[in-house]
Amino acid sequence: MISRLFSFHGGLKLDDHKDISAATPIRPAPLSKRLIVPLHQGGRQPARVIVSVGQQVAKGEIIAVADGLFSSAVHAPSSGSVSDIGPYPVAHPSGLSADCVVIETDGEERWIEHQPFDLEHASREQALAWLRDCGVVGLGGAAFPSHVKLGRGSGVDTLILNGAECEPWITCDDRLMRERAVDILSGARILAQLLGARELIVGIEDNKPEAIAAMRAAAAEIDAGLRVQPVPALYPMGGEKQLIRTLTGKEIPFGKIGFDFGVQCFNVGTAYAVHRAIRHGEPLLSRIVTLTGNVSNAGNWEALIGTPLDELLALAQPKVDTDRHLLGGPMMGFALPQLDVPLVKAGNCIIAASPRLLPAPPAELPCIRCTACASACPAELQPFELYWFSRARNFDKARDYQLFDCIECGCCAYVCPSHIPLVDYFRFAKSEIRARDQEQAAADQARDRFEFRNFRQEREKEEKAAKLAAKAAETRAKLAADNAAKPNETANETVADASPNAAPAASPGAPADDARQALIAAALERARQRQTSATASSPATAADEQPPAAS
Amino acid sequence: MIHSPYIRQPVSVQRTMGLVLLALLPGISAYIFFVGAGIVLNLLIATVTALAAEALVLRLRGRPLKPALSDLSAVVTAWLIVLCFPPIAPWWLTACAVAMAIIVAKHLYGGLGQNPFNPAMVAYCAMIITFPALMSQWPPAGGLSLDVQLDLILGGSREIDGLTAATALDALRTGLRTGVNAVDTLKSDPAFGFLGGRGWEWVSAAHIVGGLILLATRTISWHMPAAFIGTLAAISTLFWLLDPASFASPLFHLASGGAMLAAFFIVTDPVSGATTPRGKLIFAACIALIAWLIRSFGVYPEGIAFAVLLMNICVPFIDMKTQPRVFGHRQSRDGGQS
Repeated sequence: MISRLFSFHGGLKLDDHKDISAATPIRPAPLSKRLIVPLHQGGRQPARVIVSVGQQVAKGEIIAVADGLFSSAVHAPSSGSVSDIGPYPVAHPSGLSADCVVIETDGEERWIEHQPFDLEHASREQALAWLRDCGVVGLGGAAFPSHVKLGRGSGVDTLILNGAECEPWITCDDRLMRERAVDILSGARILAQLLGARELIVGIEDNKPEAIAAMRAAAAEIDAGLRVQPVPALYPMGGEKQLIRTLTGKEIPFGKIGFDFGVQCFNVGTAYAVHRAIRHGEPLLSRIVTLTGNVSNAGNWEALIGTPLDELLALAQPKVDTDRHLLGGPMMGFALPQLDVPLVKAGNCIIAASPRLLPAPPAELPCIRCTACASACPAELQPFELYWFSRARNFDKARDYQLFDCIECGCCAYVCPSHIPLVDYFRFAKSEIRARDQEQAAADQARDRFEFRNFRQEREKEEKAAKLAAKAAETRAKLAADNAAKPNETANETVADASPNAAPAASPGAPADDARQALIAAALERARQRQTSATASSPATAADEQPPAAS
Repeated sequence: MIHSPYIRQPVSVQRTMGLVLLALLPGISAYIFFVGAGIVLNLLIATVTALAAEALVLRLRGRPLKPALSDLSAVVTAWLIVLCFPPIAPWWLTACAVAMAIIVAKHLYGGLGQNPFNPAMVAYCAMIITFPALMSQWPPAGGLSLDVQLDLILGGSREIDGLTAATALDALRTGLRTGVNAVDTLKSDPAFGFLGGRGWEWVSAAHIVGGLILLATRTISWHMPAAFIGTLAAISTLFWLLDPASFASPLFHLASGGAMLAAFFIVTDPVSGATTPRGKLIFAACIALIAWLIRSFGVYPEGIAFAVLLMNICVPFIDMKTQPRVFGHRQSRDGGQS
């Protein structure tokens, strides 16, 4: 079937450097003595740990359960004992620590009992819960929980399998497609079934002819009713929005997801994980990692989640002049501050870098507004304008020029003749805007709270006054009744009560009621005082819209 | 700490400017051949002045010298000034213009990337207003011998009659103002060659070659040259057809003066020009329109420099109103508002 392809604006033809790691088949990485499994593997919330230190765990046993809507389970990647639960440094650009479960492996690889999921006799909800409990997340980079992405069941016509792998150096999806095409397509069919998608397209960049051939052969073999579609090798083709645009012509703006347009996109590795989870009952314990760059034995390894990256990289034999390590590709990855951090589900590639291989960019020069960045931007932004605004901290203008549509693909910085690290400016501006929004939201909330407090006090005062008035009326009625009973005492009481303080109870009262009258007067006085003090202490009332400072 | 992307295209401001200089070489070669080798001395004077002025201001501003001096942008400005100037302009006029361009038009606004006006055009306009006589002395057709050229450039006496002559644009303007049929003059006088002045049409042709180099290397986009040439051709064709006796032909307009130099090297200055695709078209088209108006009805024979400056003023507005549509958005940013 021949189908029309659409193009997106800009993009880059990059030197892909894929040959050096794509030639060798996937090798299993040796079992590490110690696996450090981060509880936060993607999504918004970390999983909640359910094991304790000293506990024996089997391979595939849940060690942390999904906690909240956007979380998925985490498992013991191998059998052994839990030796520690606590913060360990994780793969993060700032070298942050995060809660991890440390497992001393026993080398037995003793599996927990598991069986395939009976997809044909289960409801959609059950299947999604199964995927959540198998810890299946997107393996393309964002590690977003797959069950959430499958969430709403109807309205998706097209499932796109992302095998573009557009970043240079990375070949883990390429190898996976070459070697396990049938399993990937099996997973894809499960995804399509869960989404109710009628159309299934596999998008693969045309610089991977072997992967395209393997996937086509597999599609013919299992008759998956899908289309394997080569797409031009144009970075960032693997970006979800770019691939959807290329294959369907639909453009998904910032703040919208593919679902809103009847398209959903999954990475080929994710489809493979879905297949393992459903057809074999195996949770996501390992992934394929490309080890490449300044190494003498580049290739792809299947490694357990939690394997320390230094052990992993040693397999590829980095050369002596290696001075940095990138996690991810050179366009969107980041330099690891330290290498003794564990592999996470999102970790697709480690690049050993040397000054020769990835030289530091030349010094930054002024922008000459040559618009090369605008020509390269796949989001069709004007990066140089955003740069001027970000530099000048003119964040409103930056947002106005759709800063948040920037996908941080790095095309602009790549082509900039002035070597301006444009993406850094955009990250900075975005985080400043987010921080400011948060501050604003907090201030708004504080103001709302303050205004409600005023309203509540006012309301209570009114209620109290109403109550008092009711009580006074009651008293009056009672007095009237008493007076009617003893008319001869009236004259005396009237004289005695002529004091100006007998406010509401202007009517004469019996001597027995004097105490009550005084109580009422005192309460009213208190209320009045409170009112004046409240007004005095809060100049920022409803009339003044400014939120109270430091409240 | 360096962040992604970790790979960069092997491009630089220096390379961009170097390409512009390279693309000027065909035009300069034709200039030497048809007009005279004196231009080489002018180029030398201008280059030295530009670098000296740049170094001086950088020193005064406390900025590092090397990056700015090696980016070649000052040299581009200097060469463009020389190519716009009469080839027999005295050395001090060239030096003044270049110094003015670098110090006033470029660095007083903040240096490279910050100047709202095209520095070469600022210098040209300032000089044509200040020294109108010197700026309108062009060598006669057939050129002058090299030693006369050098003598004039180095400040020799300019009293000798017949040393200079009216350019084709001068003749056109004089004709239009005095009611003499200008176009016939242009056709009958062999001094004006068959298009825009003898020899000059070849310089223009060589500039087109240079422009094609810039287009092929993607140093400039097609928008501005296309809009400039297209508009100049269209407006001159229209009036030429309406009144061929008073208005010059489109070929004449395109081949004479600095039209081709402007189309590929001056209008396309990225710093002071419009940046959006639509904006570039509007910007260059308006320059062509204003240049034609000045050429046809104005006081000055060549109007491109004034047109460029006038449109430089409009750039922020043009850019703001022509922001392209962002991926996934229905309308361009300005589409919905005001």
